[in-house]
Amino acid sequence: MKFGILVNEGPYTHAASDTAYQFVKAALAKGHEIYRVFFYHDGVNNGTRLTVPPQDDRNVVKRWSELAALHKLDLVVCIAAAQRRGLMDAAEAKRNGKDADNIAPGFRISGLGQLIEAGIQADRLVVFGG
Amino acid sequence: MSQTEAGVAKKFLYVNRKAPYGTIYALESLEVVLIGAAFDQDVSLAFLGDGVYQLVKGQDTKGLEMKNFSPAFRALEDYDVTKLYVEQDALAARGLTEADLVVPVEVVGAERMAEIMESQDVILSF
Repeated sequence: MKFGILVNEGPYTHAASDTAYQFVKAALAKGHEIYRVFFYHDGVNNGTRLTVPPQDDRNVVKRWSELAALHKLDLVVCIAAAQRRGLMDAAEAKRNGKDADNIAPGFRISGLGQLIEAGIQADRLVVFGG
Repeated sequence: MSQTEAGVAKKFLYVNRKAPYGTIYALESLEVVLIGAAFDQDVSLAFLGDGVYQLVKGQDTKGLEMKNFSPAFRALEDYDVTKLYVEQDALAARGLTEADLVVPVEVVGAERMAEIMESQDVILSF
């Protein structure tokens, strides 16, 4: 089956991102396809490379980056939600006159159309958090 | 599923459960609806629980220093988004009637709401 994933909450405060990650990992292990993971609302904060969680805890952001690299996952951060919350890639930082970017490896910034498209293309769109 | 010129249309239901200004979910849900309208899908909106407050007439957000986005619901018709379902008990529990809302809606009971949900391809819950 082809899954689309929507993550609506940021790391650590809510378990939504953890649950989504475990779901994606389990689905891939069973041979399913992940069409896209879309990060919305505070979920965009899963895409900042500047988090430094305690060493004895899981690293939510790094875990997504590593899974994306391993399985060529498409991790998309909503641009409108990201702009509100200060999540930038280099191009966005330049466009908005900001002095830094913070997007983690494996994530890309794009529009809400990518979420709708995931709903259209996937057999199931699974929503985590919110 | 019906066919459109753009290809296969799916039935999208946006479920709105939260009051409009305490969190950003309602506003960002509406942003998805407005962007999604460009995709020629079969779109419906449902309002449950405190989500019914999103549609209440006469919202004044000046004191909150937040944008009153309720007028945008009136624009949905221009995007061919006309199926708005409001859960009956959610309205009644809050002392509201259809006449208190900014747009025409279909007030439905919980069972009918369940049927509406059952008939969808994609449900986005905010």
